[in-house]
Order: sequence, then structure tokens, then C-alpha cells
Amino acid sequence: MQRIGVFVCWCGSNIAATVDVKAVAEALKSEPGVVFSTDYQYMCSQAGQDLIKEAIKEHKLTGLVICSCSPRMHENTFRKVAADSGINPYMVEIANIREQCSWVHKDKAIGTEKAIILARAAVAKVHLNTPLTPGESEVTKRALVIGGGIAGIQTALDIADAGYKVDIVETKPTIGGKMAQLDKTFPTLDCAACILTPKMVEVAQNENVRIFSYSEVTEVGGFVGNFTVKIKKKARYVKEDVCTGCGLCTEKCPMKKVPNDFNLGMNNKGAIYIPFAQAVPKVATIDPNYCNMLKNGKCGLCAKVCTAGAIDYTQKDEIIEEKYGAIVAATGYNPISLDKFDEFAYNQSKDVITSLEFERLTNAAGPTNGVLLRPSDLKHPKTIVFVQCVGSRCSADASKGKEYCSKICCMYTAKHAMLTRDKYPDTDVYVFYIDVRTPGKNFDEFYRRAVEEYGVHYIKGMVGKVIPEGDKLIVQGSDLLDNKQLKIEADLVVLAAAIEPDKSARNLATMLTASMDTNDFFTEAHPKLRPVESPTAGIFLSGTCQGPKDIPETVSQAGAAASKVIGLLAKDKLKGNPCVAHSDELMCNGCSSCERVCPYKAITYVDKEFRMPDRTTKVRRVAFVNEAVCQGCGACTVACPSGAMDLKGFKSKQIMAEVDAICK
Amino acid sequence: MQVNEFKPKIVAFCCNWCSYAGADLAGNNRLNYPDNVKIIRVPCSCRVNPMFILRAFQRGADGVILCGCHPGDCHYTSGNYYTRRRMALLFSMLEYLGIEKERTRVEWVSAAEGAKFSATMNEFCEQVAALGENKRLEDLRCKQ
Repeated sequence: MQRIGVFVCWCGSNIAATVDVKAVAEALKSEPGVVFSTDYQYMCSQAGQDLIKEAIKEHKLTGLVICSCSPRMHENTFRKVAADSGINPYMVEIANIREQCSWVHKDKAIGTEKAIILARAAVAKVHLNTPLTPGESEVTKRALVIGGGIAGIQTALDIADAGYKVDIVETKPTIGGKMAQLDKTFPTLDCAACILTPKMVEVAQNENVRIFSYSEVTEVGGFVGNFTVKIKKKARYVKEDVCTGCGLCTEKCPMKKVPNDFNLGMNNKGAIYIPFAQAVPKVATIDPNYCNMLKNGKCGLCAKVCTAGAIDYTQKDEIIEEKYGAIVAATGYNPISLDKFDEFAYNQSKDVITSLEFERLTNAAGPTNGVLLRPSDLKHPKTIVFVQCVGSRCSADASKGKEYCSKICCMYTAKHAMLTRDKYPDTDVYVFYIDVRTPGKNFDEFYRRAVEEYGVHYIKGMVGKVIPEGDKLIVQGSDLLDNKQLKIEADLVVLAAAIEPDKSARNLATMLTASMDTNDFFTEAHPKLRPVESPTAGIFLSGTCQGPKDIPETVSQAGAAASKVIGLLAKDKLKGNPCVAHSDELMCNGCSSCERVCPYKAITYVDKEFRMPDRTTKVRRVAFVNEAVCQGCGACTVACPSGAMDLKGFKSKQIMAEVDAICK
Repeated sequence: MQVNEFKPKIVAFCCNWCSYAGADLAGNNRLNYPDNVKIIRVPCSCRVNPMFILRAFQRGADGVILCGCHPGDCHYTSGNYYTRRRMALLFSMLEYLGIEKERTRVEWVSAAEGAKFSATMNEFCEQVAALGENKRLEDLRCKQ
């Protein structure tokens, strides 16, 4: 018989306000096996932990029931308390009377009654708990960073600087991500390329870093410390180690009408291309959809001009398999498609552009060499209207836009407006906004400079319609502060499109078994206390794949993710989860049902000798669970027809005891 | 408040990774749902043996709901697919035994769907309450 102690936490008033904690502690005293029951204000505090430790000593407790917050919050805290006092940590059960009781029920009598039932169920389970010891597994000392934008680059650099090997996988032919496309960065206005490209070079030259550009992750297996990842290196038809990046082939390629995606399709490139001058790796790539040689077998000009002999039309996709200890998702973002926003005439007029397109138009390496010209007729725009929150904060019709605030638009719009006024003082600049949100160091000062020093006209209100008329764009909007309707004849309209997670993130999340929110941003293990970890052990989050962020925030999160990875890779052994499947050899008849449902191939069959009652031995085939591989889902326990398979920590008897206690 | 209002006993099995976290989120956001819902944490929805559900009905539960990660999002890759198939069979068998289909349910609730968890529980409770007590499988010998 267990000697169980019950500890009811007040959690200040979080629990005590709607649950009579004293009554719960009192009621539990009469439960079989409970030898001690008490309540305390903060059970997780040092004083609370000491109280538990003393009670364990004094009453010779063998099992603990903590009635407190969710086990997702403090299960480990209390397991550690138990371990410190010499009880096996798996002899602790938590009754979740905060998130699943006091916070969702307002009536104190009802809350108390439910808390008692939940505590009883936990007591019933603890009666059947057995001490468990986790197995240990090795840690592969290499990390994988998926995504080569500023988030991925910074994470990789920080991991590499700590002395660990790290690989970056980037789908594009070059690393750099969105930041490489930007012109200037707020609020300091230093040029993005000037601060990013040295980092790109640094990461490429770091001997601990390997970059798989033009590659994607296709398969992820294993678990924390021991992931096995398949990476598809797409054929770029250029030998990466031979190409010198001279660019001669890109000039000579006769196919000139390939939309340049780096400039968002605002100009053209060749079928063989280097995305931009500072690309890393600086290697040409052939687009097979446009290359005449690959399509029809005619041309071959690039091979002829390449003095290095790097062109290889027969190159095939290559699959690389590598082992990793930790994986960082840094898949980044994209502006949303504006197809559904007809009112802004984005698809009707070339002169309605997104902010990222504007960024390319003002970039010295962009399609206009940094001269602000409108795309339709290459004239200087005299009146520019910026529209904020296009697709952001759309609560009314979420199918059209996003409910969240994209966070960076207010600042970059202020930057665009300011830079325009600075370079072209004769240009009138209007900004339509719902709110201007500028929390951040030196952000509000920056925005006020745009208004006060540079004379940007900020108008509170939304634009209702943009009508292309001749070579003008008629912008109809409302000024909510002056309460009047406005009609502005603009030459260029710039839409601050909402940002959304990259489309590849959803697929990746499935491979990583990492969870996502309804907007396809990765969810963090805890929104406040574990912001760079995914709930799945060994998976970390960096940059905008977790939520909208500006560059400083992305870089700090990248560093935080790297430090978590380093902390993991620094360990030689990892303690596993002891709640794994276990087969009772005497009951197992070797039917293979469990083997078939196991997603980890953790179950194998062994021939085992059994002594029979008549003193003969008989060899039988029985299931054997590899505890290092088993993740403890329990699929096999239900598949087992003879009831031989059970899950430690969640044994059938334990769950049934909980069911009984609840239904009593 | 009516004193004699029938409150069905409802057992909710929630997987540790999505739905249990979703239930926690409902708590964090103070989204109320009936107190007669009692949650049992399981590592994965596929850990739920049909025996547990039968046991719940035998011991007097009026409704059983199983919550897991959305298809494709299972922490263990494929657990919820097993759940979906197993429960389709079990629930139709239960219906044959006289346990109405409305007393049982499988619902996918992600860790971000606190509101869905709360709404689902409210709705399921109402649905079960409308059917009244479950006498069909209840074993009175288990009552003390």
C-alpha cells in the first residue's frame, strides 16, 4: 500500500478564489492510502517545496499528488522535489485544478467539488504508479538550421562560434533571405546589404558551417539528440565546387525573358543566373523551366563560355542523409497575395506595388538602380500614397486577410516615406493608417521625424478604393480625424501587405511534428518562458516563422535559439522518456499487431526460451521494445489483442482507475 | 439556477501534445465550460483503449469525448489516424448496444484552439444532457 501525500496549492488567488483549497485538502484525507494532506499558498515556491520535502520525511510518503497548475507547467518541478527527497520522480501525479478547474468555473462550490474529484483521480492513479528510470541516449553533436535568412544565418553563426558543427538548408540558390532584398533598415537607416552580406560571407567561411543552398528537407526521423534528416539538393546544372561565379554565362545566355524573382518580377534575368552580386554561394544556377538546352537540347552556350567547365546539363537531384542533435526552424515569411484585395487595383495597375517591391525600386542594386521610377512609364512619381494594414488586422473577414498585426509595416512605411522625402523633396507623400504602432528602441522618435522633419502627411483612416484613371491613380479614402472623405490623385500607390509564414513551413511542421497555430506560425513551448523552443523536444524556432518580427528581434531570437541548441549539444547523454511501452513476455503470443502500428519501428521480435511446468523448455517468439527508440505514444497497447503490451506511466490499470474515480 | 438540472458525467480523454494544451489554453483565457467535464491526460489519443470507454460507460459516464491533434499534426506522426479508425468501429458498435452516437465523439483540438476546446465541451455537454442519463451499460454493482 502506498503512503500518499496530497498537496493543494492556492496559487495565490488563482486557485483559492474559486476552489476552497482547505476543503479539498480535508476531503482528500479520507481517501484510502492518503496519510497526509495539506494546502499552501505557493507550492512551487522554495517554501512550498520544503514543505513537501519535510512531509515526505515525516510521513514516509511513497507517492505524491500535487493539486496545482497544469502538469505542462510544473510537473518537472515537483518531480525534482520528489527525487531530491529520495522518491522516484515518477511517483508524482498532478491534479490540474487551475487551468482545468479554477480558471474555467466561477462558482466556488462547483469548483471545489470538481477539484476534489480530480484530486481523487490522481490519488487513484498514484496508487498504481511504479518507479521508472529513464534510459539514456547519445547526442549527435551537429545542428541543422532550416532557412538561410538573417534568422538562420545568425543562429548558425552563434552555434558554430561555440564550436559545434551546423548545416544550413536553404531552398533558394543563395542565402540571405528577405533581408538581402531590403534597401535600408529602420530605425538607423543603415543599408541592409552592408550589414547582411558580411555575415553571409562570415557564415560561408566558417569551418563549422556547411551551406546546402538550393536544397530542401524532405524527411525527418528520430528524436531529440538523434534526428536523421534527408536533404534534397536540387540539380542546379552547375558544379558548385567548380563555378567561380564570374557571371559570364549569365551575360551570354540568349534566353533573357525569365522574370527575376529576386526583384519580384520587376525585371528579367537569364535562364542561367546568379540571384544578386553578393550571393552566397556565388554560383550560377540554371532554371530548367526556361533553359533551351535542358528543354530542347539546343543551345549549350553557357557551357561553351564557361572557362572553368562548371556547367553540367546531366546533373540530377541528390539526396543527402545526415544525423543531427537539434533542428532549428527559420523558414521566415512572405507578403500575402493581394489577389483578394481588388479595391486597391493591385492586379490592374503596374503602379500599385507592395512595400517589398518598393524596397527593390529604391535599392541601388534593384531594377531601376535605386532611382525611384514608377513601373508603368518609368517617370518620377510626384505623389505617392502609402496604405498600411493591407490584409493585417482583418477581424471582420479573416478569409481575406490576417487577424494579426504584421508588426513591421508601420516602421518600414515610415522609413519609405522618409527616404522618399529625403531623396525627392518635391514629392508629396501620404500615409493612410489605422494606428501607428512604434514600440521599440528609437522607433517612435523615427516615426515622429518622418512627420515633423520630413513633412510626410499621415492620415488616420483606410483607403476605400484605388481607381486607375489615365496615368493617375485616384485614391479614395477617409480622414477619420477631420471626418471627411479624401480623393488623392497619386502617381504611385504602395501597399503594406500583411506578412504570412512561408508556405513550406506547414509541410516542415508535419515532418518535425512541431505544432503550429491557426495562422501557420510555429507555436512555442511556452509563450513567455520558452519562446524559442517548440513543444517537440529538440526543435527550436528562430525568426518570423514563430511570429512577425523586425530584424533586431529576429537576431536576438536567433541568438536565443542558438544558445538553447548549444545547451543541448553540450550534453553527452540525454535522459529519455521512461514512459515507454513494455511487453509482458508471458502474455505475448508474437502476433506482430504491435509491430505494424509502431511509427518508430521500436518493436522487434525475439525468440525466447520459456521453462514449461513440465521442466521442458520451449522457444516462443515475443515482442521486444527498444526503449531508446520508443517514444511512448501507446498505439501498440491498443493494438495488442492479448493485453500483453502496456505503457509505463500510463498503464491501462492506471487510466481505468482514473476513469473509475471520475465516474464515482 | 434550477436545482434539479441534469448534469451529465462526461469523461474527456485529451492527448498531451495538442488537446490537453488546448484545454490549458482555454483555462488561460478563462473560457468557461461545464464543470462536469473531467479530463484524463493520455500521451496520444491512440493510447485510448476501447476498454477505457466501455469502462466509463459501465461506471456511469453519460458521455465520452476523445480529443487529439488534427490529422497530420500528431506528435507521434500517425496516432490520431489509428484513433479515427478505431473509434469509428467502436462507436458504431456502441450504437448497436444502445449507446447513442451523440454520447461519443472524437474531436481534433490543437494546442492553439482554446476557444474550440471550450466551445466543443459546451456543445457536447448540451448534446449529452439532451439525451438524459445513460442507463444502458451502467453496472449498478459498481455503485457503492
